[in-house]
Amino acid sequence: MPEKNLLGIEPLGAEDLNRYLDQADNFLGVLERPIPIVPALRGKTIITLFFEPSTRTQISFSIAAKRLSADVVNFSRATSSVVKGETLLDTAKNIEAMKIDGVIIRHSVPGAAKILADHLDAFVINAGDGGHEHPTQALLDLMTIRQHFGRIKGLKVLIVGDIAHSRVARSNIFGLKTLGAEVGICGPPTLIPREIEKLGVQVFCSLDEVIKEFDVIMALRIQLERQKSGLFPSIREYRNFYGLTRERIKKIKPHGVIMHPGPTNRGIEIDPEVADGNKSLILRQVKNGVALRMAVLFIHAGGKIE
Amino acid sequence: MNRILIKGGRVIDPGTNRDGRFDILITENKITQIDKKITPKGAKVIDARGLIITPGFIDLHCHLRDPGRPDKETVESGSRAGIAGGFTTLCCMPNTEPVIDNEGIVNYIIKEASRVGLCRVLPIAAITKKRQGKEITEFGELIKAGAKGFSDDGDTVANANVLRHALEYSKIFNVPIFEHPIDNNLAQDGVMNEGFSSTRLGLKGAPTIAEDVIVARDLLLAKFTGARLHLCHISSKGAVELIKKAKQEGVHITCETCPHYFYFNDEVLETFDTNYKVNPPLRSEEDRKAIIEGLRDGTIDCIATDHAPHTRAEKELEFTRAPSGMIGLETALSLCIMELINHHQFSWLELIKKLTLNPARILNEKLGVLQPGLPADIAMIDPEKRWRYTENRIQSRSKNSPLLNRELKGKVVGLIVKGDIKYLPGNKDV
Repeated sequence: MPEKNLLGIEPLGAEDLNRYLDQADNFLGVLERPIPIVPALRGKTIITLFFEPSTRTQISFSIAAKRLSADVVNFSRATSSVVKGETLLDTAKNIEAMKIDGVIIRHSVPGAAKILADHLDAFVINAGDGGHEHPTQALLDLMTIRQHFGRIKGLKVLIVGDIAHSRVARSNIFGLKTLGAEVGICGPPTLIPREIEKLGVQVFCSLDEVIKEFDVIMALRIQLERQKSGLFPSIREYRNFYGLTRERIKKIKPHGVIMHPGPTNRGIEIDPEVADGNKSLILRQVKNGVALRMAVLFIHAGGKIE
Repeated sequence: MNRILIKGGRVIDPGTNRDGRFDILITENKITQIDKKITPKGAKVIDARGLIITPGFIDLHCHLRDPGRPDKETVESGSRAGIAGGFTTLCCMPNTEPVIDNEGIVNYIIKEASRVGLCRVLPIAAITKKRQGKEITEFGELIKAGAKGFSDDGDTVANANVLRHALEYSKIFNVPIFEHPIDNNLAQDGVMNEGFSSTRLGLKGAPTIAEDVIVARDLLLAKFTGARLHLCHISSKGAVELIKKAKQEGVHITCETCPHYFYFNDEVLETFDTNYKVNPPLRSEEDRKAIIEGLRDGTIDCIATDHAPHTRAEKELEFTRAPSGMIGLETALSLCIMELINHHQFSWLELIKKLTLNPARILNEKLGVLQPGLPADIAMIDPEKRWRYTENRIQSRSKNSPLLNRELKGKVVGLIVKGDIKYLPGNKDV
């Protein structure tokens, strides 16, 4: 049995990770059916609580829950508009009173999912807590890599961009390392968090020098406000050194692939031609996302396949 | 005449370099005799066998939130917490609402402390008006009213020229300036120490250099002005090294650390418990060890609590939104005993000096020593007592401690303030 909640990838072992990936592979078949629905979670009520806007992730979770026949309630509100005095704990108590089976939470503050998990009987799935973790994104990335290469162990994966503020980077580093990949990170030193090499990753700042050595290049979304806080001088310069441009992509290995958690800043961290090109797995990631989130909900809600 | 005889305890008094079995006689509010054996002759006898007898503790740094935030703490509730922890003197910081920057508020605190009558409360007044870091306050008038030092605690005096003039001006009165050394431009909105733990947890880090650069600047200013600078809540290895070097060069500076900086490291933040959120933040294990060594070699003069009460509602907010600070008056001694005496083999004389004699010297007060003729402020410690720090027994009005419900070791079980017994060994509430 897995833990009640899925709060992060860091504590999970290879067996836990493979369990999610295997189950997700099974659900891919369901999604190919003319009526892509199974009654596995019939009667279960799941709420998506998004305190930070993320249309894609919320839709992906909603669809996953509906494909499993669960009842889904969606709630979204920007943290900034949360009434003063109302705490996440109040929210948790309200949910508890409404007898909901599972909560999917997205929040701008690290540890927010844990606050809910500590106070709820319902299972909690972290859909991103600040710069901390985004476990389902990492799992769907692992699923996509495994699907494409047939394995993860021994592959070389380079994560490019704003590592410091990225929950996607953290969760992927934990998952990739656990499953035996070699992980490099690359970005301007202002966006590389201190002592990250202690996680067993190699740190680079010149993308051009290392891009040819990796099987998977994973670009991260660059938040435009980072430029305003002085972490890099301009969007133009960022693109020149760290963008996955058409020119730069010519250097990657013949079998190398490009990934991105979305949504992309087209023309900044990735050129449109690259995002839509034949080395891109981006749409594959989106499709796998639904199957993977079905697997997560199925496992945590204790679903049954008849 | 009211006489009390504390009999058979192990007296540890750094001021007279005493460590041994002595009896102490108190007459009215003063110590009148300390000897190997004193006969009671009608005095009330306290059986102190098995206990350690020390001067009452002096906290150079606590927040009593009075005036302004009675929902968090008051002079009264803070004094109760203080005496429960063995403190007979509390220096309260001026970041109140309104700020302690005029005689009226100093007078209020002193009156309130005397009405409450539990322990000494010595106000620290602001260095600058409204703690805005611009114009210095009327040091002379504030001292006349009873202020014992000056601090803009909560904020560094960011403008070096303002601090320079405050230091120079303080020389008229020979009072200490308490600096809160954190560069806000470097610390930004960091909520924990920047390092491997912040990288793991994705919480925004504030680097140790935010502390170190201000410490370095302040040491230069102290040397330049020759004034009495006291650096608050030192938490980083870099700061300890800088201070050590400055002291070797003969610069007149003193500093304090707090129990949480030698008891916890930043790995505890993985619980996301907002009670671990303090400013400066809990540092790395390497920093923690440097703090312990700094205490051992005398670089760090005092242990202060930085007791910082916050309401439950505030601490229940998400990590980035919750305010910084933990309460500490009632747990300080236990952490000192468990970490410094038990784990790191500090001598009792060394430890007690940092809680009594050294802070008294910084304040220039005739306190913190057990000597005939001096005030009878005396703590009686059971160093082996195991006790649980539960919400019910917390005397502070706030409960924001990460030590809640933990079993701690060592406790003050008897306390006398100005010759007045506050509680005695054997009292079931202790």
